[in-house]
Amino acid sequence: MVPVLQFVDVKKEYTSDRLAVRAVDGVSLEMAAGEMIALVGRSGCGKSTLLNLAGAMDFPTSGMVQIDGQATSGLDDMGLTRLRREKVGFIFQSFQLLPNLTAAENVELPLLLSGKKNARDQALGRLARVELEGLGHRYPHQLSGGQMQRVAIARALVHGPRLVLADEPIGNLDSTTGANILELLRRIVTEEGASIMMATHSAESTAAADRVVEMRDGRIISPR
Amino acid sequence: MIRLFTRLILRPLGAEPVRSLLTVLSVALGIAVVLAIELASDAAAGSFRSSIETLAGEADYEVTAVGGVDERLYARLATLPLAISVRPRIEDHAVLMETKQTLPLIGVDLVAHALDATVTKQAADAKGELILASASGRKAGDEVTLRVNDHDYRLTVRATVPSETSFAVVDIEVAQHLLNKPGRVDRLLVDADEALEPALRKALPAGITLAPFGARTEENRKMLVGFRSNLIILSYIALVVGAFLIYNTISVSVVRRRTEIGILRALGMTRSTVLAMFLAEAAMFGVAGMLVGVPLGRLMAEGAVGAIGATVQNLYVSSQPGTIALSVVASLKAIVAGFVVTLAAAWAPAREAAAIAPVEAMARGRKDYETGVRQYRDLAIAAGCALLSFLSAQMPPIGRRPLFGYLSAALLVLSAALATPALVHAATRISRKFLGVEGRLASQSLDAALRRTAVLIAALITAVAMLVSVGIMVGSFRETVIQWIDSQLKADIFLRPAVPASAERFPTLSLGIAERVAALPMVEMVDQFRAYPIRFRGLPVTLGSGDANAVRQRGAFKLLEGDPETAYQAMVNSDAAIVSEPFVSKHGVRVGDTIQLPLGEEIRPIRIVGVYTDYSNERGYIILHRARLLRYLPDPAPSNLAVYLKPGAPVVAAQRAIEAALADARVLVLPNQTLRREAIIIFDRTFAITYALELVAVFVAVAGVAGALLALVIDRRRELSLLRFLGAARSQIRQLILYEAGLIGLLAVIGGVILGGVLSLVLVYVINKQSFGWSIQFHAPIAILVSALTIIFTATLLAGLYPARVALALNPIEVIHEE
Repeated sequence: MVPVLQFVDVKKEYTSDRLAVRAVDGVSLEMAAGEMIALVGRSGCGKSTLLNLAGAMDFPTSGMVQIDGQATSGLDDMGLTRLRREKVGFIFQSFQLLPNLTAAENVELPLLLSGKKNARDQALGRLARVELEGLGHRYPHQLSGGQMQRVAIARALVHGPRLVLADEPIGNLDSTTGANILELLRRIVTEEGASIMMATHSAESTAAADRVVEMRDGRIISPR
Repeated sequence: MIRLFTRLILRPLGAEPVRSLLTVLSVALGIAVVLAIELASDAAAGSFRSSIETLAGEADYEVTAVGGVDERLYARLATLPLAISVRPRIEDHAVLMETKQTLPLIGVDLVAHALDATVTKQAADAKGELILASASGRKAGDEVTLRVNDHDYRLTVRATVPSETSFAVVDIEVAQHLLNKPGRVDRLLVDADEALEPALRKALPAGITLAPFGARTEENRKMLVGFRSNLIILSYIALVVGAFLIYNTISVSVVRRRTEIGILRALGMTRSTVLAMFLAEAAMFGVAGMLVGVPLGRLMAEGAVGAIGATVQNLYVSSQPGTIALSVVASLKAIVAGFVVTLAAAWAPAREAAAIAPVEAMARGRKDYETGVRQYRDLAIAAGCALLSFLSAQMPPIGRRPLFGYLSAALLVLSAALATPALVHAATRISRKFLGVEGRLASQSLDAALRRTAVLIAALITAVAMLVSVGIMVGSFRETVIQWIDSQLKADIFLRPAVPASAERFPTLSLGIAERVAALPMVEMVDQFRAYPIRFRGLPVTLGSGDANAVRQRGAFKLLEGDPETAYQAMVNSDAAIVSEPFVSKHGVRVGDTIQLPLGEEIRPIRIVGVYTDYSNERGYIILHRARLLRYLPDPAPSNLAVYLKPGAPVVAAQRAIEAALADARVLVLPNQTLRREAIIIFDRTFAITYALELVAVFVAVAGVAGALLALVIDRRRELSLLRFLGAARSQIRQLILYEAGLIGLLAVIGGVILGGVLSLVLVYVINKQSFGWSIQFHAPIAILVSALTIIFTATLLAGLYPARVALALNPIEVIHEE
């Protein structure tokens, strides 16, 4: 079976203040369908860069990244965009909802951007799945932190991605709300067969994951 | 304070050089246009003294009469037992054929009196010859050809006088001969003590006018008041549009630094310091705008002076444009206007910044603040302004200036600006339903940043509305003039001397020409028209005479008031006149009134029997039957001829026949079609400057759109980056920005057309009518307007290209990470 995500000796270098920085240094990793991985490590260890590479937001400097069997290196910008539209969903620590759009409008956005029909119905359905039925008309500032993250999760899943990438998904939430969100994510993995890779610092998130991958200085030091 | 200003204001502005430059450019253009029009209209209209008046030298009084002063009066005054000195003068224009230059031709008594010391001492014996200004490029001894009216004369240059202005001086007797004014002079210049004025006045016949010297210049200036003030008002439009953009720039500054202001206030910064900082930001744009605007204005004045000069010449009075002087007063006026507008525009956002409470700023997000536009309150005020505007439009002029008309227009602009947020809100809500995802996001973004987008759209609406309203006014005027020409120019061929004419210069044809034309077999009738520039109740007017019978037969004059049949009958049988519409509007007379008209040496009561439409000049006409006027002003030379051909006679053949018959005279033989074409060309040239002013305002607004979109892109970089994460292609991001630009353009065009339509009613029926006295039939030049609006819309769309590039250059990973 084709892994949902595969990294083969992936390196990623940046130039920051004229100095070459290797953010990801020879990472090889495979992720199976329905798997939930927690990516841990100190700030600046390369977690976010790895997520961006996994999300087809960036190309590796060397090595290969494959999403659902498709290598990102051979694609142009439009190809990467298509890959994201079909296979990837993102969840951010600070929710990143568009403040001028209602919850339903935020959720349907990925469908609209890829030109899909019945976006509103699907968005409302998704909101119901994250227990926000009837709140689709609310604007982000009218929702609590947990509700906002639920909207963000609904948005990340609305187009049925194979891979969901979450950057500190409960970093901005209190522990009870955080636990609820983790439970929700866990349920999604089980029910929908989507794989989730989350960068996290929290022990709760780590505990919820099937596998914990620890990074340091751009390398994976302990696949646990 | 300076350090704070540098850190909080200057540094962020420096980080967005394109946007800062666009704001400076809009202020600079506003200042430049105001200065250019001030300088150019000064040079073009204020230069009477640079031609004939200057050459008159100094005198205390001048004696004039309609139709000229009998030279015997000169002798009579000169021999009065009063301590006065009297000099006769003839003033006209001639063409120096070698250079084709039209120059003032002045006849003075070279033997008896000084023109001025240099001229006369050098050339006291120059009788029969010519003295030229050095500016003409000729030297003593040269033979030159001078075209005076319909004749060319060979004359020898006796002497030249150093002068930057061209002119030709001949002895008074030579002038009388050249200009066919035997026994008459145009003016007597009198040096006399003020105490002698009553005695002097007593010695003059009733129809003769004694006026302080220089009164004519003053009258000319007075006559130009309406023209100048309309032009100057128009020149301020770009500055007003610039004001919206300053408001927008400072608002953006305040919105972006809201949290910073809150923190600074918490750290002890006073409200007045916050206010001062943002006003200083605006002032900085003012200073930068001034530094670019003043030299730019001086440069633009060069271009404007020709156009304004031509209009003054066509509609008002002969004057050679003077040199453009970058006067301190004019520069100061433009700079102060620029500063006042800039600071006034910045006042509201700066005050809001000062009112920010430390806790509030840190606690509440930007969005709450930005959407805090009080749409309904503003809409109510807008309705109030519209009502006041309507009431102002009903008010009469003040001193022939349509001050309430201007107020009405200004209130309309204000009303539109206040109604814009509601318009944008409603339009973006509606458009969301019909647009794709990019369009929906664009309209949602415009709606969310209503506070700033509304100001921007209001600026563009103002510029578009001005273009539309002036376009409609000029279009209506043009259409009306074309219809008027159709009804007025009934004759088949027109003749006039081959020298330039103007609103107050009416060269005459030699005697006998009319008869020679009338004798040609193809000609059925010749109507001789004579015009005199006169003064009536202290204002310049044209007195004309024609054949009332011919007019009645051909129906050449459309009467607005009065019955044509009885009016023309009365003109033939009595001292009755028809007058033009501008005359009525200036002097407040009506059909049935009797005016006292000085004719020659007497004053005659003239009854007004009709009012006719006339768009040829703004001075106003009084027209008498030719035979009646000849009784008082016996000079039979016509200014031009209207030739009616026999039915079926070919015009081209008739034109050739007339040219052949008059081969010895320098006359222009113009078929009806040519004259019409000429009139329309003059008309279009007259309004070219108006369009130029409008276009500058539109340019300023479009530059503002580019700058403001740039600011929106920068402020929404998180949102734009997020969209990339959510699957937006680069092309979709570009489309989104272009949709925003397009929506701004579309809303501005729609709003501009509505506001412009209403404004055009104020322009056509109030401002124009009160300033110039012309009735104009409403006519919207649809094709021109549609093309202009398409260009504006396209320009606005193109203004989105650079911000779109900036949006595409964002690195989504970096932006989301930094957030």
